[in-house]
Amino acid sequence: MSCRKRCKREIFRFAQYLFRLITGSLNTDSVEDELELSAVRHRPEGLEQLEAQTRFSRKELQILYRGFKNECPSGVVNEETFKDIYSQFFPQGDASTYAHFLFNAFDTDHNGSVSFEDFVMGLSILLRGTVQEKLNWAFNLYDINKDGYITKEEMLDIMKAIYDMMGKCTYPVLKEETPRQHVEVFFQKMDKNKDGVVTIDEFIDCCQNDENIMRSMHLFENVL
Amino acid sequence: MAAGVAAWLPFARAAAIGWMPVANLPMPVAPTEKNKRQDELIILNVSGRRFQTWRNTLDRYPDTLLGSSEKEFFYNEETKEYFFDRDPDVFRSVLNFYRTGKLHYPRYECISSYDEELAFFGIVPEIIGDCCYEEYKDRKRENAERLMDDQEDNKDAKLPNMTFRETMWRAFENPHTSTMALVFYYVTGFFIAVSVITNVVETVPCGSAPNQKEVPCGERYTVAFFCMDTACVMIFTVEYLMRLFAAPSRYRFMRSVMSIIDVVAILPYYIGLVMTDNEDVSGAFVTLRVFRVFRIFKFSRHSQGLRILGYTLKSCASELGFLLFSLTMAIIIFATVMFYAEKGSSSSKFTSIPASFWYTIVTMTTLGYGDMVPKTIAGKIFGSICSLSGVLVIALPVPVIVSNFSRIYHQNQRADKRRAQKKARLARIRISKTGSSSAFLHSKRNGLFNEALELTNSTEDEQRLSKSTSLLESQHHHLLHCLEKTTVSTHILQLYIFLLFLTNHEFVDEQYYQQSYLEAGLQNYPSRSPSLSSQDGVTGTCCTRRSKKHHTPLPNASAPAHMQPLTHTHTHPQGLQELSTIHIQPLSTSRSSLNMRVDEPAPLNCQSSQITTAIISIPTPPVTTPEGDAHLPAGPTHQNVVKVSAL
Repeated sequence: MSCRKRCKREIFRFAQYLFRLITGSLNTDSVEDELELSAVRHRPEGLEQLEAQTRFSRKELQILYRGFKNECPSGVVNEETFKDIYSQFFPQGDASTYAHFLFNAFDTDHNGSVSFEDFVMGLSILLRGTVQEKLNWAFNLYDINKDGYITKEEMLDIMKAIYDMMGKCTYPVLKEETPRQHVEVFFQKMDKNKDGVVTIDEFIDCCQNDENIMRSMHLFENVL
Repeated sequence: MAAGVAAWLPFARAAAIGWMPVANLPMPVAPTEKNKRQDELIILNVSGRRFQTWRNTLDRYPDTLLGSSEKEFFYNEETKEYFFDRDPDVFRSVLNFYRTGKLHYPRYECISSYDEELAFFGIVPEIIGDCCYEEYKDRKRENAERLMDDQEDNKDAKLPNMTFRETMWRAFENPHTSTMALVFYYVTGFFIAVSVITNVVETVPCGSAPNQKEVPCGERYTVAFFCMDTACVMIFTVEYLMRLFAAPSRYRFMRSVMSIIDVVAILPYYIGLVMTDNEDVSGAFVTLRVFRVFRIFKFSRHSQGLRILGYTLKSCASELGFLLFSLTMAIIIFATVMFYAEKGSSSSKFTSIPASFWYTIVTMTTLGYGDMVPKTIAGKIFGSICSLSGVLVIALPVPVIVSNFSRIYHQNQRADKRRAQKKARLARIRISKTGSSSAFLHSKRNGLFNEALELTNSTEDEQRLSKSTSLLESQHHHLLHCLEKTTVSTHILQLYIFLLFLTNHEFVDEQYYQQSYLEAGLQNYPSRSPSLSSQDGVTGTCCTRRSKKHHTPLPNASAPAHMQPLTHTHTHPQGLQELSTIHIQPLSTSRSSLNMRVDEPAPLNCQSSQITTAIISIPTPPVTTPEGDAHLPAGPTHQNVVKVSAL
């Protein structure tokens, strides 16, 4: 806004304030003037469609939806609520940064809110997808700006977020450069052509060859 | 972790994908569910209203009744539901707690019933959400205060065995308990008034001799006033010493406010007596007379309003402090301003800032004496601002004090009203309960008939027994019978069978008298007493008092507290110890209140005899039962008489 316009606006607001002061109606609810987005209501697609699109059974979808709706009665999750919910699982540390990255990963259409479909699609990939799909999803998570490459800075951010979740009460105490060192190790492992970035193929190749990672994938078997 | 987000746990576990590629170590093995139980609905039937919820919802809080296996005790096999015989309205809140993780307190619900329900379902009230917690705490505090008030009232109950000292103290603290106390109360009040009036009249100028100037009455009638003063001080001294003697804790009494006021009221006189001839300190002596005005504070023992005022001021100390502080600040500010504003004008009274204090105070409290007025324009402007702000500053803390006073005053009013209504209320409760208490004795009679019939195989009276008592009642009666039989004594003189009824510790009226019976019975007998009813007639007494004096250790006598409400005068000659006829005051008896609270306030007054029990022997079977109970080989005279207790 240009300077003149701003000045005009300020003068106008001051005049309004004086007027209200004199007439004694100063306590108008100024909060109402600055409403955030009004309550958004969202209804998911039908059960059959979701059943077709995801790999969950009807009953599982029902259970998931009930839990989802309980926490988010309006049908969509915004980032605040998302962070809130996720932080409750990690009370000892600060999970908000990681939750932010997660939110961006779930919010596939980037509209600032995660609907039930987004939620369930993400879960379907993570819990019932192939190894390839899971790794793809993980790459998506790490790639913060979605440009197809993981840079060291992005990885450092993610690493810091993960370490933040641990909180301060760890043994042995985490040092400042631990995330950085961890990133170095990761890059040494993943970055085959040493160009400073990790592409999706390098990532998937490397992970599929890593025994530990493959074994850890079984974690998602019995989650739901 | 809140219960609601438990449903999001799969999501959280799935999100762990982000850690895996970067992990240094392999992940631990995930826990597997042995038998993945499908979530099922369970039905909770609360007094007919059916609530349904998922089993998982209830499992969220495993340390409550519904979340643990404790609810299996309430499972009803036929209807396949859990039945709770509780209030369905409060249960709504309880169930919502499981569903949402937040416990709410509904405002219309009574606090004690809500507490009971929470206790039943094993939920700690501290979990109540912030939205309702304050309300809950307020209501709970009010309730506790009210209960405490009630309990304090009961402290007035007179214990029968109070020492002289205790009686005196009680008389001092509660004048309405005895006539002597009342007389004393009014006499002291009168003398306080006389003393205060004397002090006042002392300074009034009386008529003077024509050639002399006006003299105050005190100097004209010195002797009379001195005598009056002496009399008052003597009364006050005696009163103070008596209170000191009677106080249960003398040290605490001496530290209390009222006693300090008493001392301050009488001390000047004694000091004056000691110091009359010393000229130098006579100035101080005059000052001491000022303290005589403190006698007026002695009225606070007599006036409850005054006490409440004092208590309010004490409890509003912080508001008063704030008032004082803000006033001081404002005074200093305005005095400074006025001083500098008026500095220029000539012949200004505002000679210094402390001198301006007086102006500021007078203006802020809107008194406006007019002895100091600003003359400059600036002074007048600031003066008007000063008076306007004074109104505000004083008006702000005052409502807080007023509301405190009002609350405390109304509480006291309510307490008094409750006390006054208590007697009427109890009388009404008694009347409604006498019906139920006679039922026991009635059924006992029926029960005894039963026994007699069983033994004698007579069928004629069976119709009489068709008056059926419920199963609960009959079981209760059986229990009381067992107790009777247990406490049968073994020394039973055959000849005085009527004594047996007493020594059998039969229930005549089941309440405190049980104990009195036990005690009396165990000591009673060897006295030979002539016929039953003729001797004592209607004015028999309960011999508990007398028997207590003998003080043999009684096996069954529990708290002598049971005996306390009995105050009697015995009209019996000493030798007669049996409880021939008993006075029973129709107190609130309830058949089920075997563990009776002893705080029945109505003192038993045997003078107002309302009941007598005519004790008639029971139809004793011809053979004693093998347990050796007290149905003894009855004399033929007492075969067909039925024992009855009339209420």
